[in-house]
Amino acid sequence: MNKYKAVIGLEMHCEMKSNSKVFSSAENSYNDTPNANIRPIDMAFPGTLPTVNLECIRKALLMSLVLNCKQPEYMYFDRKNYYYPDLPKGYQITQMHDPVGVCGHITIEVDGEEKEVLIHDIHLEEDSASLDHYSTISLIDYNRAGVPLLELVTEPCFSSSKEAVMFLEYMRRCYQYCDVSEADTKKGQIRCDVNVSIMDEDATELGTKVEIKNINSFANVAAAIEYEIKRQSELKDAGRYDEVEQETRRFDEESGTTIRMRGKVDAIDYKYFVEPNIPKFKIDPAWLQEIKKTIPVLPRERKIKYIKDLGLTEYDANIIIKEKEYADYFEECVALGMNPKTVANYLTVQIIAYLNKEGITLKEFYLTPNLLKQIIEELEKGTISSKQAKEIFNKALLEKKEPKTYLEGTTQLSDEKVLEDIIIKILNNSQSQIEEYKNGKTNLFQYFVGQVMKETKGKANPNMVRDILTDKLK
Amino acid sequence: MNYIKTIEELHEMLTNGEVTSEELVQDSLKKAHLVNDKCHAFVTLLDDAKGGFVTDDLLSGLPYGIKDNYSTKGILSTGSSNTLKDYVPFFSATAVLNLEKHNVIPIGKTAMDEFGMGGTGTTAHTGNILNPWDLKRMAGGSSSGSAASVAAGVYPFALGSDTGDSIRKPAAFCGIVGYKPTYGMISRYGLFPFASSLDHCGCLTRSVKDAAIVVDAMKGQDKNDLTSWDSSSIHLYDSLDGKVKGKKLFYIKEIVNMENYPDASSELKEHLDNFHKTLKLLEEEGVSVDEVSIDRDLINAIFSVYQCLSCAEATSNMSNLTGIIFGPRGEGKNINEMMKDHRTKGFSSLIKRRFVIGSYVLQKENQEKYFVNAQRVRRLIVDKMNELFQKYDALIMPVSTGPAPYIDGSKDEITKDNTTNLEEHLQIGNFGGFPSITIPNGFVSNLPVGINITGKCYDDVNVLNIAYALESKMPYKNQIAPLLKEEDYE
Repeated sequence: MNKYKAVIGLEMHCEMKSNSKVFSSAENSYNDTPNANIRPIDMAFPGTLPTVNLECIRKALLMSLVLNCKQPEYMYFDRKNYYYPDLPKGYQITQMHDPVGVCGHITIEVDGEEKEVLIHDIHLEEDSASLDHYSTISLIDYNRAGVPLLELVTEPCFSSSKEAVMFLEYMRRCYQYCDVSEADTKKGQIRCDVNVSIMDEDATELGTKVEIKNINSFANVAAAIEYEIKRQSELKDAGRYDEVEQETRRFDEESGTTIRMRGKVDAIDYKYFVEPNIPKFKIDPAWLQEIKKTIPVLPRERKIKYIKDLGLTEYDANIIIKEKEYADYFEECVALGMNPKTVANYLTVQIIAYLNKEGITLKEFYLTPNLLKQIIEELEKGTISSKQAKEIFNKALLEKKEPKTYLEGTTQLSDEKVLEDIIIKILNNSQSQIEEYKNGKTNLFQYFVGQVMKETKGKANPNMVRDILTDKLK
Repeated sequence: MNYIKTIEELHEMLTNGEVTSEELVQDSLKKAHLVNDKCHAFVTLLDDAKGGFVTDDLLSGLPYGIKDNYSTKGILSTGSSNTLKDYVPFFSATAVLNLEKHNVIPIGKTAMDEFGMGGTGTTAHTGNILNPWDLKRMAGGSSSGSAASVAAGVYPFALGSDTGDSIRKPAAFCGIVGYKPTYGMISRYGLFPFASSLDHCGCLTRSVKDAAIVVDAMKGQDKNDLTSWDSSSIHLYDSLDGKVKGKKLFYIKEIVNMENYPDASSELKEHLDNFHKTLKLLEEEGVSVDEVSIDRDLINAIFSVYQCLSCAEATSNMSNLTGIIFGPRGEGKNINEMMKDHRTKGFSSLIKRRFVIGSYVLQKENQEKYFVNAQRVRRLIVDKMNELFQKYDALIMPVSTGPAPYIDGSKDEITKDNTTNLEEHLQIGNFGGFPSITIPNGFVSNLPVGINITGKCYDDVNVLNIAYALESKMPYKNQIAPLLKEEDYE
């Protein structure tokens, strides 16, 4: 255990989902063909001007509301000026003076404990182009130039890599729930900057802050934090804490270490000023109210509801809230009157396994809640066994036919009179077994059940068989 | 045949069959070559230009010139800078597209101060642009080539752009009309930016009515320019009636009053006398002109505010000029060296100086003191003007200190007093986005001088009407510089 306290802050960049880019009319979609989604402004041809995608502003405001931030009275943008080959204009349009949200907070759960995360700000900006470096040349793909980006900046309020990653995971889920972003790290849609400092347990003054830029996965966020805490702690232990410098580093995935990029004295002066080509406009409070109404129930609240009101286990609830489509599917099933536990069981085991196996999403899944209901309903009525239910489930998926088409012929034998007649007949032919059973060989009960199943070709309602047998063998 | 006519007259000749569009275009090209030889007014001449259809549209079939900072599809557009010396855009500026709908025929791209950053016409990569009235003098800038060519009678109009006074000052020096409408009336999409919050599109013509016709065709809200606005209810040409009786104008005492210039040169005295004589012409039409006093500190701040803001925006706006995507690729071992080489070789020293100023005032430690304060003072100046526009219909001012200065500066009459305010006050029009027009109002030392009328935003009709009424009281409408021989106009 480390004897120092770590203080960690995060910057989370998330590419937003939208039809067109944020300040350009080019399409915003992932494209394998480089330089296919571009308009003249994305390459900063002389005379081009930015436009504004209102849908991106709406989504940015929505996230600002989700994070319980304060929204500005006016919407406007700033230029962040610097030269880099991936930045064709020589400046990025972003928000510095009046971000779309400031002073927010959101509660997350870490190891079953609630933790309030403080949000410094969230702002809307444009992404840069992407670079591919080769040995002698570098290639630039402008597809990404101008893609809407939300940058969320927390206060330095985390004390471990675990807390930091739990927050990132939770935020990713929120972005997905709110349909603001696919938030897919594999597509590079989320990138993080992390700042880390350490201090003595009882210290009141913060230590020297080191920033690690542009980390592309949550696992690497954790690794970078761990490494940085270790590096700084070791220096402090060795009495060389003055060697910890306020600097910018990058995470090297191969070695699992962080590497210095530039120190504080080389910090870039971005010469921010208000973007003159986008007129300031007032955010109508009525619009903000409308946006607020569209915020879906967020994963944390859903989880609480699933456990408290619907009686799910925490394990199942956690799986279901992982993806909004799981949660929505689950809720739709429950709304159709299905038993929550049964649905949860089906969803977390069969359905998710099937989706993973087929590599499809729940949207593409053949058994919609209405179709699933045909199976669950019969299962609950006891007209089919869970084994039969599974068979129907698989057949329906395989042949893409409604489950009810398989119900006929497989319906359970639940007629008490018929079952009783069959059981009496079997017992009459099993005198010696009855003798043994009554003498204490109780596991012979399964033998009688088996005989009934054999006689009925497996269609007998097992619960009823058990009840009748128990009664007859008294 | 003499084609030094107004747009209305040319249109009548075209519809009467007195001349064809093709003849006008060929005549224009011939004159353009002659003017280019003498004045270096063009970056590109479109020798394969052909006459166009003549319709009911007043502009149809007419040749015209485009300032080289307008993006023109398939036509070299350099902004008179080496950084774009081979740049052929694949899209046209909205203003140019709007004009194209009127079947006008561009015959050339006019030379200018590099990217509009200058008022002399001496920073174009194709050489100094000279004044057609006197080739030893400046044409003024930055719309130098447009002003010189219109003044020399190449065509009835040319496009200009105006960030400080770049349409209105060369118009005065070349004895023609220069009009920049309210900010956002004409889309800036496709105009190479200098300082976005101050940049305006506009035109240079030889009459107020022609300016109204041309801007009517250029204007319109554009989805590509968020600062453009819907002016579809404004019809400049149709609104010109010359009725100005009862209008109230003012001029600024601290800039115009002779008392400010005890050591004035005779040219300056003559210029200011001429200004007052011109005011009398308006008074004859029932217009009142008041001398209004404005806080001298505010007036004295105009030029520094302009420098601060325009240079700051320019450094940022021109950061795209790296030679990577367009423009000549610089040499170097890595991308930074390549960009540095491109910019070092490509820009004139004047621009570099402005970039240094712009970067300096935007630096974190300086920004509040210079840039932000400049924005505040800009607001104070605009507020003051708007306050005056509640009482007055327009501001009327002399343009600069007299006629165009000499290129080499040697023969200029020197006024020992500080005349900066007189030279730079037109920047007020850019601070507020006010509609502003310069028209010729006589001669000093046998060279044309101009007078400027500026009004409140969206009040273009009023501003043009005052200019129109005043123009009709003077004999300078449609005048041209005696550059070419008589037979060149025949």
